[in-house]
Amino acid sequence: MIIRDGDKGRMLTRRAAMLAGSELFLSSILIGRLYYLQVIESDRYKTLAEENRISTRLLAPPRGLILDRFGHPMAENNQNFRVLIISEQTEGNLNATLSSLNKILALTDSEIQRVRKEVRRSRDFTPVPIRENLTWEQMAAIQLNAPDLPGIIIDEGLSRFYPLKEAAAHILGYVGSVSQEDIDSGNPLFKLPGYRVGKSGVELEFNTELCGKEGAQRVEINSVGRIIREMERDEGTPGETLYLTIDQRLQKIAYDKMKGESGSAVLLDIYTGEVLVLVSMPSFDPNKFNRGLSNKEWLKISKDEKNPLLNKVLGGLYSPGSTFKMVVALAALKAGVITPDTKVFCGGHIMMGTHRFHCWNAGGHGEMDLKQALMHSCDVYFYEVARRTGIDNISSMAKRFGFGLDTGINLPGEKSGLMPTRHWKEVVLGEKWLQGDTYNTGIGQGYVLATPLQLAVMVAAIANGGYKVKPTILHQPRKSSYRGENLNIPKAHLQLMQEGMFNVVNSAKGTAKTAYVNVEGKLIAGKTGTTQVRRISMQERAKGVRSQEELPWKKRNHALFVAYGPTDKPRYALSVVIEHGGGGATTAAPIAKAIMEAALQLDPSSQGTENRKIKTTGQ
Amino acid sequence: MSRNYSSFSLRNPNMTLKDRFCNLSWCYILLIFLVASCGFIVLYSAADGHWDPWAVLQFRRFWLGFVVMFVVAMIDLRFWLKYAYIFYIGAVILLFIVEFFGHDAMGAQRWLNLGFIRIQPSEVMKIALILALARYFHTTSLTEVRTMSSIVIPSFMVLIPVGLVLKQPDLGTAVLIGAGSLTLFFLAGVQIWKFAVLAMTGLLSIPIGWRFLHDYQKERVFTFLDPQRDPLGKGYHILQSKITLGSGGVFGKGFLQGTQSRLNFLPEKHTDFIFTVFAEEFGLVGSVSLLLLYLVLIFYGYVIAFRSSSFFGRLLALGLTTNLFLYVFINIAMVMGLLPVVGVPLPMISYGGTVMLTLMFSFGLVECVNVHRNLQMGGDSVYDN
Repeated sequence: MIIRDGDKGRMLTRRAAMLAGSELFLSSILIGRLYYLQVIESDRYKTLAEENRISTRLLAPPRGLILDRFGHPMAENNQNFRVLIISEQTEGNLNATLSSLNKILALTDSEIQRVRKEVRRSRDFTPVPIRENLTWEQMAAIQLNAPDLPGIIIDEGLSRFYPLKEAAAHILGYVGSVSQEDIDSGNPLFKLPGYRVGKSGVELEFNTELCGKEGAQRVEINSVGRIIREMERDEGTPGETLYLTIDQRLQKIAYDKMKGESGSAVLLDIYTGEVLVLVSMPSFDPNKFNRGLSNKEWLKISKDEKNPLLNKVLGGLYSPGSTFKMVVALAALKAGVITPDTKVFCGGHIMMGTHRFHCWNAGGHGEMDLKQALMHSCDVYFYEVARRTGIDNISSMAKRFGFGLDTGINLPGEKSGLMPTRHWKEVVLGEKWLQGDTYNTGIGQGYVLATPLQLAVMVAAIANGGYKVKPTILHQPRKSSYRGENLNIPKAHLQLMQEGMFNVVNSAKGTAKTAYVNVEGKLIAGKTGTTQVRRISMQERAKGVRSQEELPWKKRNHALFVAYGPTDKPRYALSVVIEHGGGGATTAAPIAKAIMEAALQLDPSSQGTENRKIKTTGQ
Repeated sequence: MSRNYSSFSLRNPNMTLKDRFCNLSWCYILLIFLVASCGFIVLYSAADGHWDPWAVLQFRRFWLGFVVMFVVAMIDLRFWLKYAYIFYIGAVILLFIVEFFGHDAMGAQRWLNLGFIRIQPSEVMKIALILALARYFHTTSLTEVRTMSSIVIPSFMVLIPVGLVLKQPDLGTAVLIGAGSLTLFFLAGVQIWKFAVLAMTGLLSIPIGWRFLHDYQKERVFTFLDPQRDPLGKGYHILQSKITLGSGGVFGKGFLQGTQSRLNFLPEKHTDFIFTVFAEEFGLVGSVSLLLLYLVLIFYGYVIAFRSSSFFGRLLALGLTTNLFLYVFINIAMVMGLLPVVGVPLPMISYGGTVMLTLMFSFGLVECVNVHRNLQMGGDSVYDN
């Protein structure tokens, strides 16, 4: 069959005609449908449109309160006075009213522009907000000048207030304007103008509980949308009141002690996993976020090299340093490669091939057994023990304690850290595991990374007889049988660790005498850690290592201290990390001492909370 | 078979800019302007009789689009033929980029942020695909078109973007792109029984495809089938939309008097549901007039297509015109409850920047076909025999 160009053209013409025909056909369906809706069914729809005069409007219930374990407020709703303008009541002169108001409130140009724009966009009787969070003085001034301010009204709303300000910012988080993603999540409340949702911390984690259930108001409106009368009102269910595990007295003490530092501190109840203190520094004032930060303020906070927005207790990753030595020792004891009496000679360094691994004490510690090695934090002892134990045993013991895994705390932003294995190094770095890596792991350096919270959980397990607890921020009556996950570590081994840690603080030769606490005979035990941020070169070692004070802040060592107490009947575990703080004993231990002292004095875990009503959150 | 474009036979190979300008169809431009004006008026009304916030911006975008239209129309039609595939490949790359890197803009995966402008590659693709298919069929003889092997390549040219757009997921755009390109196959002369087979396969695969739909897409279908199911929830849109249309009656409630849109019972009143705002205030008379205005614009597209001497020009103009028709049909059918709500805007009237620009670009191409109506371009093997 021969088909010519003419055929191709004719085919196109024919097909185009068919296409046009079907388009006309489809259009006639549309017209038919329009006729059906707008003529035949019109009366029915007109009635329905009339019925639409009854409008349902959402009401926002108050956000749930957040209290500490004893019922002291940590987040509450304060009355907030707003000034609004109704353009139809300004006697036709919006600008006159605004300029009179300007004398009282000192409105900025951008505020005036925004108000003018919103007035133009909305109906004349709709109140347009001008400013929120008025002071009493401003309120009084406006009311006094009311005759000169036609169309100005003041109304009362609720705004979130955090009485502890900076001191509990990372626990509570803050609330802020609704984002597009929040709106997409489908909660009808989020579409209300000016609604605030949790953006981090407890406010974010328990946002649903705190928001409550929306209320509704059924109102009759006239043909231009003005409310004629209210027919029905359902206030909705207020957000739930949350009791946190925090003791705000301890929290404030810890925050004051940490002031000026960069780092974090966390105090756990070793049996329940309840978080009693959680401080991350530097902090920020969550009240400012609620009000709305200026661009400058936001840049200052978000660009700060000390990272105030990060919750360093769960999201900060550090080499655990010497605080990791208990895990190495437990792994060695379990593997049977050492006994408590095994002695290792420390001459200040150990050789591996041609490479020299240094002890922090260049002069050497001499003969060391396990308890002495913990007390002196002797690196050479742990290099040797790590070599004998092997990375596989160390990793498996560390993972039991939760290194490299989320603790499962009910706060957002947790990081899992890293516990290296042979397999990990081959897959991720594409290199073989070296003996030197095992040495470094033995003193908690190298690839190991942990959060301060993981260290606290580790210490809690050593102190409570080998149970790994799941930290929680929400106080609720637990079954008394809760003991965490049994790690199956022999009591005798834990006993050795406890004695070693006791000596660190209480022995005359211990590395952390600075943390000595004695509250009516109650003592604490602990372990220091100092981790290098920079590598010390051979040349520098030869010339003499520079002291920490000489170094710029960013290059100074991280200082760590973990502790538990009281030693006779352990109840609290603490972990303190001071970023670039120099040494564990010099900067972290004194802070830890102050917090532990306060914890032992106030002893919140032993105080009943029966006197307050506990609302469970269904969590 | 030669596909050497230097061998095009041309009656007047080089038109001056002035010639081209004189060849513009001012009637077509007037029609476009009329439709756009309806848009400004209804956006003014949707904002309670304010130019802010929608009408002003839409007006600016229209004039920006107007410039784009002129530039596109002044470019030589052979340029569009020559670079048709390049545009297509570029559009596919853009689609891939949003698929894999488009997450940055707060989860809005359909957008690609170029810093100074945000573009929606799926919109660009609508035009690029029509250009590429027009070029493909331009160089394919009718004998070839009727073989199975020759429709494999263009089928893939359609399936790749449709698949990518579906994955975004944007069902409305995927349907528009798919249906638009099918008409090009149809116009080029692919046998009707093949479309029948495709339709059958499509019907049979509905139960399988159903499982791949997102929950919210399934919800839309349920709502479409039975809007009364949940009148205050998912069915709310379509029910309120019908009330708005129906309560308009024959002559409407009058300009700025629509209660449904005034009282905010209509969601998305400035975008997908804008037709109802118009129909409420101007009634059956107004809505049918608007529909007829669209049909005249579409009819004029046919006129321009058949004035063109080249197969490419005809296919291009017909393809773009059909695309316009599909927009209008799907949008109006959707707001009247004849089709599920798939998110297709009403061309030139719904508020939205990219769609406005894409439409003006495609009107520019149609004008370009009109300007070069006497240009004969070879490419079909028939010429070489």
